[in-house]
Amino acid sequence: MGYGNLVVSSSPHIRSEETVQRIMIDVIIALLPATAASVYFFGMRALAITLTGIIAAVAAEAAIQKIRNKPVTINDGSAVITGLLLALTLSPAMPLWMVAVGAVVAIGIGKQVYGGLGSNPFNPALVGRAFLVVTFPVHMTTWVSPVDGVTSATPLGLLKMEGIKTGYMELFIGNVGGSLGETSALLLILGGLYLLYRGIIDWRIPAFYLGTVAVMTMVLGGDPIFHLFSGGLMLGAFFMATDMVTTPVTKMGKIIFGVGAGILVVIIRLYGGYPEGVLFSILLMNTFTPIIEKYTRPKIYGEVKR
Amino acid sequence: MKFGYEFIKGLWDENPTFRLVLGMCPTLAVTNAAMNGLSMGLATTFVLVGSNIMVSALKKVIPDEVRIPSYVIIIATFVTIADLALAAFFPEIYRVLGLFIPLIVVNCIILARAEAFAAKNSIGKSALDGLGMGFGFTWALTFLGIIREILGMGSVFGIKLFGEGFVSWIIFILPPGAFLTLGLILGLFNAVLGKKKKAQCS
Repeated sequence: MGYGNLVVSSSPHIRSEETVQRIMIDVIIALLPATAASVYFFGMRALAITLTGIIAAVAAEAAIQKIRNKPVTINDGSAVITGLLLALTLSPAMPLWMVAVGAVVAIGIGKQVYGGLGSNPFNPALVGRAFLVVTFPVHMTTWVSPVDGVTSATPLGLLKMEGIKTGYMELFIGNVGGSLGETSALLLILGGLYLLYRGIIDWRIPAFYLGTVAVMTMVLGGDPIFHLFSGGLMLGAFFMATDMVTTPVTKMGKIIFGVGAGILVVIIRLYGGYPEGVLFSILLMNTFTPIIEKYTRPKIYGEVKR
Repeated sequence: MKFGYEFIKGLWDENPTFRLVLGMCPTLAVTNAAMNGLSMGLATTFVLVGSNIMVSALKKVIPDEVRIPSYVIIIATFVTIADLALAAFFPEIYRVLGLFIPLIVVNCIILARAEAFAAKNSIGKSALDGLGMGFGFTWALTFLGIIREILGMGSVFGIKLFGEGFVSWIIFILPPGAFLTLGLILGLFNAVLGKKKKAQCS
């Protein structure tokens, strides 16, 4: 009697305002400038690819969760981001049905088979892209120049195959051939800074990732500025290597992750068969995430040094 | 009735690939086309039946301490027969399967059936068990091969299914495609059989 308004619940009792949905909306906001730039540079085709990626990803998520009798969680926005990120890594010349295939694979094989958001060991968007790279190698490496709409190579491809270097300013603004979202370094950095300001991502992974790439290329005789601003490095560093689910949570772990991914990118770019290595560098480091976390676990307060 | 079951069980209930998940190496390696899966399956069936009969016949003679080496020698004998026969009569298939034919020796299904079944049962039952397991393995490999060949090359047993516009999904004839296809089929198998089991319980 009289205690009717007391709620008995288990801990935690103080809850954060931060929800999955809130985080995902912030990430989408951060990606908007780069997405808009892709539409500006590549035209309506870019918009069609982006929308296809998003719709296919969300539909796949809903369908799989329906089939498996799990609560449908398309409202949290994570599938939207997977579709958007995947679309941003694709060539503007990509047939739309391939984009949809990639998005379905990203959600199905990259995420839902492991049990959905939070359980996936690999970044879903990158799983989708990796599938597409291996499945449709010709379409995945046919790039279009934003200037005249003619088939052209990416700056990294030009450097690797023909030894031609693209100017810094063009790389920075993004007026170069490449996938939708990776061309404009400037807008990607802006988006990344917004996420840093909102506290969604930690500065360690992008900083050590980009720093390692710069130092490594300098040591190995490459051009650090060129390598920083070309390819998918900015997109990967700020939006993919910082994925909360698939990267270490410990501070030291984040540093190791960033350095490891940086070393892999430079090795693949300078010595590997592919001109670009961001995709595989992050996926490979994703596999190391559990072991990195195991060895960088902070010491429990009061534990004696052995 | 009992004899019939020894044959039937390998096809579905105890299918070596989809239920026992044994012999994954050839399953993943040679199923990039339907024909390869079929010939690999039949070669394995031959070895399975032969080694099962031999092991069952010799089960009283072989001392327990050295049974595994003895089984391996028996299996290796039949593998060598299969290897030489394929090289002599089907050089086309032999060239494609190559190293994977001698590797049937280390296929765990064969040793597993010798150890778990043939060493304890009569010759007739062992032969039926080997045949059933072999056919179960064969249809599983052919099934995987058909799916991968359709997606990866647009054909079944080398017969083109689609027109010029078909874009092949190259991943399916590469090793990752083997893992993806097998994993998805295993998941489907478990989902279907799991539901059946639940229905039986309730």
